[in-house]
Amino acid sequence: MNSRIGYIAFNTFREAVRDRVLYNLIAFALLLSGAAILVGEISIDIERLVVVNLGLTAVSLFGVVIAIFIGIGLVSKEIDKRTLYTVLSRPVRRWEFVVGKFFGLTGTLVVNTFLMAIGVFLALLYVAHRFEKMDGWVLVALYFIVLQFLIVCALALFFSSFSTPLMAAVFTFALFVIGSLAEDLRGFARITHGLGGWLATAIAYLVPNFSALNVISQVAHGDAVPGRLILYNTVYALLYSAMAIAGAVLIFQRRNLK
Amino acid sequence: MRMSSTRRVNLVAVAVLLFSMAGAMLTHYGIDHLRRVPVAQEALYLRSSNALRRMCLGYTGLLADIYWTRAVQYFGEQHHSGSGDFRLLAPLLEVTTELDPKLLPAYQFGANFLAPKPPSGAGLPGAALALMKYGIEHNPDQWRLYYNLGFLYYTEFKDYARAADAFAQGAKLPVTNEYMPILAARMAQHAGEFDTARMLWFTTYQSTKEAQIRENAVEHLLALQVDEDVTRLEQVVEKYREQTGRLPASMGDLERAGFIHGTPADPKGRAYKLMPDGRIEVQNPESIFFITKGLPPGAEPPQPPRKTRADSK
Repeated sequence: MNSRIGYIAFNTFREAVRDRVLYNLIAFALLLSGAAILVGEISIDIERLVVVNLGLTAVSLFGVVIAIFIGIGLVSKEIDKRTLYTVLSRPVRRWEFVVGKFFGLTGTLVVNTFLMAIGVFLALLYVAHRFEKMDGWVLVALYFIVLQFLIVCALALFFSSFSTPLMAAVFTFALFVIGSLAEDLRGFARITHGLGGWLATAIAYLVPNFSALNVISQVAHGDAVPGRLILYNTVYALLYSAMAIAGAVLIFQRRNLK
Repeated sequence: MRMSSTRRVNLVAVAVLLFSMAGAMLTHYGIDHLRRVPVAQEALYLRSSNALRRMCLGYTGLLADIYWTRAVQYFGEQHHSGSGDFRLLAPLLEVTTELDPKLLPAYQFGANFLAPKPPSGAGLPGAALALMKYGIEHNPDQWRLYYNLGFLYYTEFKDYARAADAFAQGAKLPVTNEYMPILAARMAQHAGEFDTARMLWFTTYQSTKEAQIRENAVEHLLALQVDEDVTRLEQVVEKYREQTGRLPASMGDLERAGFIHGTPADPKGRAYKLMPDGRIEVQNPESIFFITKGLPPGAEPPQPPRKTRADSK
């Protein structure tokens, strides 16, 4: 990574921290500790399952919300505050600005996820009193959640490169919902024939496949995640986010900033 | 020293905030007491697990946990209120297990909620059987589910052949319980009722960490002990009558005749009573739940008092 991208990424991270993004950790800690203590009182034999399911679902949803609401403002805020002109008047290329913003936001989310992961493991230790071998799969689920953030950040940046923040939020969230139902969409494509079938198949493969990145329920039961899925998901998330970032760069390069 | 105007405003704001917060809470409490109708718990708006699966965007594990907790709460509330109306229990368990087919507690405890007759359970052994079969279909490597299925066939249906088959299937699994093959054999022979039942409740005690389930297993084991003692003592009384041509007047008569040694007592340490008609009774029938023998004529088997989970902790 060249140093200009690094600076932009670091400043994006610093700005997010200054915007009190990491305050979500307080809500997360309260949610998880509350669940770990209370669930034994109101349910039967699912203390560990709830900590993993609730912990990882919260990591994922909190992160997606942060990715969308910060991602959509990354470009528009710089234009509104006119700071973008200061940045671009220096020897910084437009693509470097977009890529730097992307790395800054994903870096924020990785730090956020890392701190939340510590919370999940502490809660696990509290309810189970010790770690087991199967808890290792929780790390894989967390890794998949980070991959999910890569795609959501890239999409938020892509949409914010040509539309208003509100519309970019709507588009990104809509794609997150559709992508979470990707398996249903492919099932629908399989049972539809003719032009509709082709169209449904094309859409099913074009929208991000978030359902493959969700292994929360699986790891909650201690089931193994195949190594091949880890590899495929990694490659898929990198390629998909590269595609969205490339689209954002292309649009941003042509955008009239006057 | 005069207070600055900013400080004064701050103090007033804090006072207003605290006052209005306390007032709002009190009003909320009043509203709750005006409308004491538990409408939310009584309805199951969505019975389709497929619809729920889509609505929760794939986060099915957490939703299944929520539905399972709701099923536990529903059962607890209905059981506690003594209404005997458990119509939402089976659908709640269905949704739970369809959302997460690997949620083993929902099968194990769910069948325990569904099968027994009220007031202990919902009195729906058919629904419990369907739940267990669905569980085994999705978790064929879990011996506990075969154990629960065999237990269900034995206790609710008295179907010894199917119970033996379920225990035998569970016994074949790589990870299983040491009693499974013995239970299978006992069921097949339909022999040693007390020993079989004791083994079943002991396996239940051994295979769970849940305090309430363990407590229930202990109560059943104590009741079995009483039932067995009373059966054995009544046989002894019959033998005495055959030998002497009269009923014994006291336990001392049985001891002097060499049929028993010492005064037989129930698991709580209270001596059994020999009745004038030769029956054996426990001294305090209310102190040992689930007993079917040793009760005064016409008395129902005593049931444990209804209690919430919080009471047991």
